[in-house]
Amino acid sequence: MRRITLRHFIALCCCLFGLFSLSTHATESASLDPLLAELGEAKIKDMEPILVKIEAVSDETILPLLRTLLNGNLYYIKAEKKVIGQFETNGETFYKDVFTNEINTGIDKPDVDKIRVNNNLRGYLRNAIARIQLTSKSPSVRENAVRELLSKLDDSTVATLERLYPYESNKKVKEAMGLALAMNTASQTELAVSNRIAAIETLSSSLENDVRNLLTTLTRDDNAAVVTAANIALEKIAQRANRFAFVDQLFFGLSLGSVLLLASIGLAITFGVMGVINMAHGEMIMLGAYTTYVVQLMMPNYIDYSIWVAIPAAFLVSGLMGVLIERLVICRLHGRPLETLLATFGISLILQQLVRTIFSPLNRQVSSPSWMSGSWEINPVLSLTLNRLYILAFALLVFIVLVIVLKKTSLGLNVRAVSQNRNMAKAMGVKTNWVDAMTFGLGSGIAGIAGVALSQLTNVGPNLGQSYIIDSFMVVVFGGVGNLLGTLVAAFTLGIATKFLEPTTGAVLAAILVLVFIILFIQKRPKGLFPQKGRAAE
Amino acid sequence: MKIKTLTSAIVLSGATLIALPSLAADTIKVGVLHSLSGTMAISETTLKDTVLMMVDEQNKKGGLLGKKIEAVVVDPASNWPLFAEKGRELLTKDKVDVIFGSWTSVSRKSVLPVLEELNGLMFYPVQYEGEESSKNVFYTGAAPNQQAIPAVDYLMNDLGVERFVLAGTDYVYPRTTNKVLEAYLKGKGVAASDIMINYTPFGHSDWQSIVSDVKKFGSEGKKTAVVSTINGDANVPFYKELGNQGISSEDIPVVAFSVGEEELSGLDTKPLVGHLAAWNYFQSVETPENEAFIKAWHAYTKNSDRVTNDPMEATYIGFKMWANAVTKAGTTDVDAVEQAMIGQTVPNLTGGIAVMNKNHHLSKPVLIGEIQDDGQFEVVWETDGVVAGDAWSDFLPGSKDLISDWTAPIKCGNYNTKTKTCSGQNY
Repeated sequence: MRRITLRHFIALCCCLFGLFSLSTHATESASLDPLLAELGEAKIKDMEPILVKIEAVSDETILPLLRTLLNGNLYYIKAEKKVIGQFETNGETFYKDVFTNEINTGIDKPDVDKIRVNNNLRGYLRNAIARIQLTSKSPSVRENAVRELLSKLDDSTVATLERLYPYESNKKVKEAMGLALAMNTASQTELAVSNRIAAIETLSSSLENDVRNLLTTLTRDDNAAVVTAANIALEKIAQRANRFAFVDQLFFGLSLGSVLLLASIGLAITFGVMGVINMAHGEMIMLGAYTTYVVQLMMPNYIDYSIWVAIPAAFLVSGLMGVLIERLVICRLHGRPLETLLATFGISLILQQLVRTIFSPLNRQVSSPSWMSGSWEINPVLSLTLNRLYILAFALLVFIVLVIVLKKTSLGLNVRAVSQNRNMAKAMGVKTNWVDAMTFGLGSGIAGIAGVALSQLTNVGPNLGQSYIIDSFMVVVFGGVGNLLGTLVAAFTLGIATKFLEPTTGAVLAAILVLVFIILFIQKRPKGLFPQKGRAAE
Repeated sequence: MKIKTLTSAIVLSGATLIALPSLAADTIKVGVLHSLSGTMAISETTLKDTVLMMVDEQNKKGGLLGKKIEAVVVDPASNWPLFAEKGRELLTKDKVDVIFGSWTSVSRKSVLPVLEELNGLMFYPVQYEGEESSKNVFYTGAAPNQQAIPAVDYLMNDLGVERFVLAGTDYVYPRTTNKVLEAYLKGKGVAASDIMINYTPFGHSDWQSIVSDVKKFGSEGKKTAVVSTINGDANVPFYKELGNQGISSEDIPVVAFSVGEEELSGLDTKPLVGHLAAWNYFQSVETPENEAFIKAWHAYTKNSDRVTNDPMEATYIGFKMWANAVTKAGTTDVDAVEQAMIGQTVPNLTGGIAVMNKNHHLSKPVLIGEIQDDGQFEVVWETDGVVAGDAWSDFLPGSKDLISDWTAPIKCGNYNTKTKTCSGQNY
């Protein structure tokens, strides 16, 4: 009884509020409402003409509707012939009016039908939003709007731009508008050739994709002078673009290098410093990735912060598993590398199957925090993806921390002592068993952290570790066993080499070439890039 | 690898032992040869369940020829040679009347000699590269002309695409499909410089430079699209990288042949929205048959979130046709059923009627769908009526003149129409 009255009260409030908002929207909603109803009833292929009509009768107040539709969140209430937006916060779905942001509690999933959009409509909506935003107050919004419209310069858009151009006060926006107008001039065949060539020259200073597309079509123009000018402009653009492409390649290489570094740095400790061939190293990475997944499951509303919890959690989980493996298996096989190899291989299979049993053989979905998605656009041809940028920085950070731990802490001192001369260290009172367990735990923990980073780049599944184990061994052997700096240099060398080979040879051949190179290199220098010298080298 | 095989073999033989005691004297036996463990388990387990559901339904209707149907499930564990071994076991030890099985082309090629040697009968439910027709196999998935060619036609005619990136995983299906597509595109007047072919290893995860290449390839003034035969989970980082580098589905659409509802169900679909896939079936198609099928599937699995997909429809059609053919032939004898199969019709779940042709391939409609954010597809294009599956591509020089016809008088899987000879291979 009480609930019903409360509901009525809310409904009443909504109605009242609706009346207020109605009065502000009165003029446009009169013509808009039937169109929106039509939109909700229409099939996808009939929607574009309706959207054209909607755009014609409305101003910037329509933007929220277009955006909601573009994101696929616009729904249609059949009974009321109205549209409504669907939103999701904290895993709960609710509906609100796209214009007034009024939450509508009386609506449930069965009452509404989704208004679906396809690529054509998405393209149209993006352009429509840009057209409306040409008169926005914010200069950056205006600039983006102009750039968005470069790909679809129809007569009415050009007319609008020509009208706005003289009044534009912001330099950047004016530049973009000038570019759009030059594109239009260059493509008009009825204009004087000198005007067109001048426009093409203006275009040659831009790196925009649409400009290049236009110039390429102009190289097939009927006028020979235009063709020459377009070719010269393209050449000029290509020269600049190639410089940036080189930077891009380098970044790709560094990024792959950082992934290799993260994957192999744990192994550099267990294999490099302790001399244990740990075939289960990849599974430590996998455990780290699954820890990220579990952490995200436990805090679904705080995905943005989940990484900060996942990093220490993954270190602990993988590290503890490492200590466990060392205490139960590896310490009993001391000095028997072949048996260690087989035993750890067995452990890796056990761990994979364990994960399959617990989490199913399907890949798990790990979301990226919002601050890690997207890219840093430096110019139209060079943009660095943020997640890779963060991971590059993270890999270097982990490396530095690890070097400090090994060089400056008492654990590091003990580890170095045991790895250089076990018996002597034992005689000096170092608890070698304890040091072994801690070292193995440290290496495994670092692998777990690598898993957190990799969960952002690749699939989290039972086979995750297997795809990195070979690469990890390759990096450690190439860099020189027992040398952290060697691992760093080797990881980046291999990353950059692979990425510069890939465009010419393809991914498959690039991997083979790198492997062949390492085999040959090891023939020449069996101890890797940075062999250990002095007494430690046995 | 050996250890893995050994353990799975032990587990498997255990599983078959349990199935053995239930051998009643008078049942029709259906063998299920789908991997239930290993890398392919993700996709193939669903098909095993589909066959079991169909068997269940048929038994509720009173079985076949007055006998109950009994399913014999074995697990070839994503291990290609084991497919041949398990196939032999099904035919000789369990004496099954028909086998439903295989997913990857290499597993089909592995079991094929066994089927031909022992004269077994198998239904293969997955889209594949064509260039094969065996008397003992019915191909209910799409041949290239029922998936790849219509998809490329759609790109050229409806989206105005002039440049093509053929990206695939490095194994037999993508390589053959891309060979067919390349020949087809060149025949349509696309210049060699407008086709870029790229292969990547299984499970490739670092797509940076390849996507950047695609981006560069797409900025030459002509509308560009990617035709993807990238397999399995390598797709996720691929689409993610496309999103990260700012390539939207409106700029460079990707048409995939291996991404379906099942693959999308465990994914974050945000970066994929708007990209395309070509299949003969989508769960989102609204027909009474499809609704009934989805309802039955949800009831059988007791999970209303389970999705349906194209290979499931192929299994459904195959099973129904086999049941009809057995009824028509009045026996489960392989040769009689094989002849009775040709010309069988079953309503498609997406509308229209599927027909089994003389070349053991189906006639089915082809649909192109856009991926939506809920992991379903919105159909944006479909062929008028059904397309007959073509075993031998018309666009490859070596197989242009070959046809397959398993009716008298030709009775040959690779009959050369020019020399009027059967080349004599077994398939």
